[in-house]
Amino acid sequence: MADRQNEITTATKAFILKEFLPGEDPDELLDTTPLLSGGILDSISTVKLVGFLEDTYGIEFQAHEISEDHLDTLQLVAQLVQEKLGSS
Amino acid sequence: MRLTELLERSAARAPEHVAIESGAGEGLSYGALDRQAEELAHALRSHGVGPGDRVGLQLPKSIASVVSIFASMKAGGAYVPVDSQAPLDRNTTIFGDCGVRAIVVGRAQCDALCAALTAAAAADEHAAVFSVAAELPRDLVLLTTDAERQPGPPDLAYILSTSGSTGRPKGVQLTHGNALSFVHWCADTFDVGPDDRFSSHAPFHFDLSILDIYLSLGTGGTLVLIDEDTGRQPRALAPLIAERRLTVWYSTPSILALLVQHGRLERHDASALRYVLFAGEVFPVRHLRTLTELWPTARYFNLYGPTETNVCTFHEVTLPVPAQRHEPYPIGHACAHVETRVLDERGAPVPGGTAGELCVRGAPVTAGYWNLPERTASAFHATDEGAPWYRTGDIVHGSADGYVFAGRQDRMVKRRGYRIELGEVEARLHRHPDVTEVAVIALPHEDDGVQIKAFMCWGNGSRPSLIKLKAFCANELPGSMVPDVFSHHESLPKTSTDKVDYQRLRSLGDDPA
Repeated sequence: MADRQNEITTATKAFILKEFLPGEDPDELLDTTPLLSGGILDSISTVKLVGFLEDTYGIEFQAHEISEDHLDTLQLVAQLVQEKLGSS
Repeated sequence: MRLTELLERSAARAPEHVAIESGAGEGLSYGALDRQAEELAHALRSHGVGPGDRVGLQLPKSIASVVSIFASMKAGGAYVPVDSQAPLDRNTTIFGDCGVRAIVVGRAQCDALCAALTAAAAADEHAAVFSVAAELPRDLVLLTTDAERQPGPPDLAYILSTSGSTGRPKGVQLTHGNALSFVHWCADTFDVGPDDRFSSHAPFHFDLSILDIYLSLGTGGTLVLIDEDTGRQPRALAPLIAERRLTVWYSTPSILALLVQHGRLERHDASALRYVLFAGEVFPVRHLRTLTELWPTARYFNLYGPTETNVCTFHEVTLPVPAQRHEPYPIGHACAHVETRVLDERGAPVPGGTAGELCVRGAPVTAGYWNLPERTASAFHATDEGAPWYRTGDIVHGSADGYVFAGRQDRMVKRRGYRIELGEVEARLHRHPDVTEVAVIALPHEDDGVQIKAFMCWGNGSRPSLIKLKAFCANELPGSMVPDVFSHHESLPKTSTDKVDYQRLRSLGDDPA
């Protein structure tokens, strides 16, 4: 369970670093770094992140889940993805 | 005639018909909207708002914000709407520059705005001091000032702020007559009526909202409000368009391109759509082609016009969009209510087909910028015959299908439909305490239209991480102005007069300084 969550976190972190934080020191992006409220992801990059997660894990997000409440940190993202994988 | 009469006439004709629907689905009839606006106008008057006064509105998209717009005008004033999600010091600057007499703010934002207004007053002895005057229905709070009244023209309807090259937004003044000439052109051009259901996607501080609000309410239709968060989310927008049976859609191409790519439009029945109107920037043809295939029932119009003129040229896209077409559609021919001309630097007409600056005059054209006589003077070409020509700054050339947009002659760019002066982005980035030099350029980008690239120089060893820099931007800049790319350097290339050399910047690599 924890392994799976770590794996999701690592993959999501790699995607965000590559797409939205090119050249950033990976150590600066923590599991708790605010993504939406911290200005790392704007509305368009959030939509792209959701597309990546859906394609990678074969899951689907509801419109209300594409929000700060559910996606603001790597931790929250990994939790939500894992919930979706568990319920599918 | 005033814009408020559009609502009043519709309310008299069909008081029970639904005028507006909130994002959550709450409906308000024409009769109730007019009555509530009248009551709020009474409250504004009783707190000193009168003809020629400006009323600041810092409100999220809601029924309350529509009521406040009409109330401000019914009280005799003009409304000054700002982005409720923008940095507060930008909003207080706009309110200060426009000399607003009163501000209507949502209760949730009231404390933060009051703190920002107090900070602005402490920093500038000429700044007006605001205090809470009344709690109003629909969770609104009214702030007023005791500063000396400075009434503006009594026919002023609203002031929309656009990005200013010096770092300070500038306010475009539009009168009732300006707006009505545009609304009447719309009503003559588009076959719409009480059965139509209009999207209200653009925020009210953006000029696309003028068509949404006044064409729908003036023709007795229903305006469906789309809140800011939903408006940015293609996944939420696509079902809303279908379920709320929208018949008229108006937005920037950016959001339509996002809908095409991420909205899963094929899952939702949007067959009620009759018109898809877009404006504000160039629509990439491949996304437009896909959209017309997914939404085949609608007619598609490219509308063009800066805030200063509202829509002044238009072009209907002939369907189907040919598979081999790549070049963007033209901005088209002049609307019936304006005169247009392509002029050279000196204000002389250019020969047909040659590129030049598109200039506009006529009933919808602004009288100028609020309190900025020099900016106003430089925005117009004086002429011996008739009214002066407003200079759009857009370079166009003529074609059989009307004008074709060919670029800008200054440092303004369009991003997600918003006008952005790169100078304002530079001025905002300069506020970072460790920055020593900043220069910003725009680069063409296939999906985003343009990307903003910032070249930054930092004091010794003080360069922040990209994450910290983005957090700084999120606090300092409206979302549409945040650079896409940062490039860090020891110093920036200069011209012989020691100004930043923007030509050489473009060829500069990304130095990992």
